[in-house]
Amino acid sequence: MTNFLVQWGVNPWGEDTLIHAQWGLVYVAFAFGLGFMVAHTLFVRFWPKPAEPAGAPVNDVAAGRVPARVARHSLAARMFHWIMAASMLTLLGTASAPVLGLNFNWIEIHWIAGLALTVSIVYHIIHASVWLDFWSIWLNKEDVNEAITRFKRAMGRSAPAPRKAAKYPWDNKMYHTAIVLSALASVPTGLFMMNRVETPLFVRNPYLFSDTAWGVMYVLHGLSGIGLVGLTISHVYFAIRPEKRWITKGMIFGDISRQDFLRHHDPERWIIDTHAHDEV
Amino acid sequence: MAIIHDVMPVFELFQPTTIDDTVALLEKYDRDAWVLAGGLDSFDWFKDRNKRRQVVVDLSGVEALRGVRKATDGGLEVGATTTLTDLANDATVKTNFRLLSEAAALVASPQIRNQGTLGGNVSQDTRCWYYRSGWTCYRAGGNICYADTPTAINREHAIFDANRCVAVNPSDTAPALIALDAEMVIRSSSGERLVNARNYFIGPSTDITRMTVLQPGELLTAIRIPATWAGADFYFEKIRERQVWDFPLVNIAAALKVSGGTIRESRVVVNAVAAHPVRLTAVEEALSGKPRNEETARMAGDLAVQGARPLAHNGYKVPLVRNLVKRAIRGEAHV
Repeated sequence: MTNFLVQWGVNPWGEDTLIHAQWGLVYVAFAFGLGFMVAHTLFVRFWPKPAEPAGAPVNDVAAGRVPARVARHSLAARMFHWIMAASMLTLLGTASAPVLGLNFNWIEIHWIAGLALTVSIVYHIIHASVWLDFWSIWLNKEDVNEAITRFKRAMGRSAPAPRKAAKYPWDNKMYHTAIVLSALASVPTGLFMMNRVETPLFVRNPYLFSDTAWGVMYVLHGLSGIGLVGLTISHVYFAIRPEKRWITKGMIFGDISRQDFLRHHDPERWIIDTHAHDEV
Repeated sequence: MAIIHDVMPVFELFQPTTIDDTVALLEKYDRDAWVLAGGLDSFDWFKDRNKRRQVVVDLSGVEALRGVRKATDGGLEVGATTTLTDLANDATVKTNFRLLSEAAALVASPQIRNQGTLGGNVSQDTRCWYYRSGWTCYRAGGNICYADTPTAINREHAIFDANRCVAVNPSDTAPALIALDAEMVIRSSSGERLVNARNYFIGPSTDITRMTVLQPGELLTAIRIPATWAGADFYFEKIRERQVWDFPLVNIAAALKVSGGTIRESRVVVNAVAAHPVRLTAVEEALSGKPRNEETARMAGDLAVQGARPLAHNGYKVPLVRNLVKRAIRGEAHV
């Protein structure tokens, strides 16, 4: 039994049971990611935009306190990002390649990359909770209002100029939320699924859960992984877009220029501690 | 659970007479096509109704796929649909590549060898009964190996290279071909490619749903055996439950070049211990330059089982492999 999203099978007791996500959806995810890139490129290039400035004016006194270089990501935060990026690309590559017809011993690479991702996420949670402003990355009511305003303006409708961003713009926060939700679905299920394969870490136990529970786990893992293909493509696309490169450079070198800061951020919403150069 | 039916599901049957026509059909029907050689694997699947294809391409009318031909370099080219009986009885094979004729002669029963082909024997699917019973195990596209659970009946399953699936390759001729450095000739609409026999077989870590590198649209047309090992010291032994007719519990194919009592070069391959025949390269390297004696045989046997990971009920395969390797190095007469 099959449907668009999941593959069903029959267990030895003759019961219908979930097997995994439909692997054909990998093609859909790639098509969606690539389609989004093309559509967004055309939108930016050809869709008429309002002539007025993209953001409301900022407080001159606060702006005057912004140094020439503003620390945006500490070394620890950047290390997390790039380790996570490497493990994510490895995970998606090793999971997608066999579906796309490239056969190799993928499973070991996959679970090792999965463990690297898990460790880096645990590290990130501790680091963000203890040393960073934990709530700065989470969406709030102001972000929702701003998203609506920006959407209206992008569609050519009249709306007040939105305030410039705090440390993280609303689209950054949206992406972070999507990644967190995907990780919540894929990481715990992946860790449990390691019980079904040969690793030096666990004694295999395929009976840890019922067939139904395993099926749900495989489906969640697969669907979230497929979703991450689209998310990753869009993330890489924005990272290389000319108007976003200042953010990418910030993630590589750790800081941004005063000019970029004032163009995109409101110094009253992202208050710079001029004594702490490693602020993030 | 498999239900044996008296009749097979309906399919469209094609009986081409040339390799080109066969390849064209395989290209046209791609994943919907099933290649039928001797039928000994295929009819099980069809009658159990666990695998169905819209189209079956019967190779029995393709004359070019049959027969043993001498190559100019002193080697042989064996057509993929050459029967195991013809292979076992071929004078050149018996003289120069006794290893292969012995392996072919030990496949199943005389009736099966009369019908079964070399191509079919090396390309057959695994005999894991959980898989062949139609359950959605890993190999069938599912998410579990029913043979690798604490209560599974896995006496015949893998001790090497298990990766989620613990099924084994059941071929008797496959280890012999690997030991002889054979090459598999594969045709498709895009041309011909040669695959070393060792690389022809794949394990679950590479592709859990297939036993060989053959892709839809491809046809194994022949097996080329170079002269490299012609006339070497050969040893083939097959251990099976029922002596008259059974798949191997373990088999071994060894080829040794010995001069002055010293092993110069060797090939040692065991099968039915993993999803692919296992060439024991560490053993081969260790044997190089060693005298062919009891001490070397013991060393080779111990080395052969390093890394073995038996399941709940197949621990006996570890000493079995160890002793078969010893016997192969000693060159003992078969019991």
